[in-house]
Amino acid sequence: MKTTTVPERLAANRFEIDEDESHIEVDQELCRTTGTGKAIIAVCPAGVYSEQDGEILVDYAACLECGTCLAVAAPGALKWRYPRGGFGVSFREG
Amino acid sequence: MTASTQDAGEPEVDFDVVVVGSGPAGSVAAYRLAQAGLSVVLIERGEAPGSKNLSGGVLYGRVLDEVFPGFADEAPVERRITRHVTTFLTPDSSVGIDYAGRALAEPVNAVTVLRARFDPWLAGKAEEAGVFLMPGVRVDSLLTETGPDGATRVVGVQAGDDQLRARVVVAADGVNSFLARSIGLRRKEPTNHMAVGVKAVVKLPRGVIEDRFGVTGDEGAAHAIVGDCTLGIGGGGFLYTNTESLSLGVVLRLDDLVRSGRTAIEVFEHYSQHPGLAHYLRDGEIVEYGSHLVAEGGLAMVGEVATGGLVVVGEAAGLTINSGLTVRGMDLAIGSAIAASDAVAEAVAAGDVSAAGLAGYRRRLDASFVMQDMRTYAKAPAFLERTGMYGAYGELAASIFEGVFTLDGTPRKHLTKVAWEAFRRSPVRARQLVSDGWAGVKAL
Repeated sequence: MKTTTVPERLAANRFEIDEDESHIEVDQELCRTTGTGKAIIAVCPAGVYSEQDGEILVDYAACLECGTCLAVAAPGALKWRYPRGGFGVSFREG
Repeated sequence: MTASTQDAGEPEVDFDVVVVGSGPAGSVAAYRLAQAGLSVVLIERGEAPGSKNLSGGVLYGRVLDEVFPGFADEAPVERRITRHVTTFLTPDSSVGIDYAGRALAEPVNAVTVLRARFDPWLAGKAEEAGVFLMPGVRVDSLLTETGPDGATRVVGVQAGDDQLRARVVVAADGVNSFLARSIGLRRKEPTNHMAVGVKAVVKLPRGVIEDRFGVTGDEGAAHAIVGDCTLGIGGGGFLYTNTESLSLGVVLRLDDLVRSGRTAIEVFEHYSQHPGLAHYLRDGEIVEYGSHLVAEGGLAMVGEVATGGLVVVGEAAGLTINSGLTVRGMDLAIGSAIAASDAVAEAVAAGDVSAAGLAGYRRRLDASFVMQDMRTYAKAPAFLERTGMYGAYGELAASIFEGVFTLDGTPRKHLTKVAWEAFRRSPVRARQLVSDGWAGVKAL
């Protein structure tokens, strides 16, 4: 099977992007001090999180909605909920 | 919208029961509650049932036959699993156990499913039974009130600006379990109880799948893989056959993943390009990429499953089992939905939906295969945290077979001597092997 990148794999999925609101918010300070920033970058299969100049960037549109980031986040470091009804990823296989 | 069992003097409700989430747990619960004559709304945040749902893909479906006899003939299932393969993978070798048995075919023991196709069928069954399906709606919170007994009870749900009031809410909202957590029934789990599943659906022609996996017709194979596929991180890989695709994935324990300094993406890519799998995946095309949080804590994760006006079913209740050889969630979800719907119907009929009135759910669940199996495998999670499985044991097994099959002109030795020499070269120590072996026998 040919090698693929995350963006290539995600491009096969169907997303309905909520342009008005992000379902993810990070607390930059807590992400730094608790190690949450590094942990959420490590566990997210969609590459939603990245780090630039010590800040955590969030590409919420790529989210696969598994909640793994929330499972490793320190209390208060990450606000994560499901996108509004009808938005986000729509699996056609599942 | 007036409930069918509305009595004078009782609080007004929009439905007897609100079910949140149309996965197997939610749809089966909704179906059975409607069959019992209750008015039921099934709320789903996805645009359609199944559109947010993802599994590895094997459903041990005998329990669903209790609800829909012969379901595998009617439902959009992929393949009937007649072959289970367990493989220890090293970077350049593999040692496996391959069990193929006609006994698995009839009656149907397990099927692969793709949830975006299977779940709509199940939700459709609920609709046919009179359930009102409400897709595209995210439930934001539970509505609570203080009951006549002074205890807090759930009286409905809030979704955006809308409130829906019900006698009982069934939380079938999946592994993140926001509703159960909001009311204190579930805690945030330690990361050694949680894993992330990363999966791709890989398209291949059906004849190619059958030839490569040694199956015919609508039969299929389920491969479980440990060792180098996860780069030694606790967890494993799976490779399941669908009708015209493969479900290819890894499951990684979060404590071990974070400690490893690697990323889930890196491990998935290593796995999907592993030479040990290349002959299965050649020319396959990834048509979907998804992930799912997996609860692996077993019995230790199951807390309270009911309180006043609320029952929690399926993954939302922590009902998953990883025994190492089989990974189960959907069958337990369906089993819990059966127990919960019976208890809710009884409580509504008796006019007591307090915590005491709904306690029949836990009693039924405890008596069912669900909690019996959760108890049987209670020690499996701790066993699977032992590290040998993910590296050294695979290397040891491969090294023994290398000694057996490599005829390089050196004089042959008896198998026991080959094994002993492989064992002495391996980092595995006798004490560890005996200890893990004994723990495995007790846990699995």
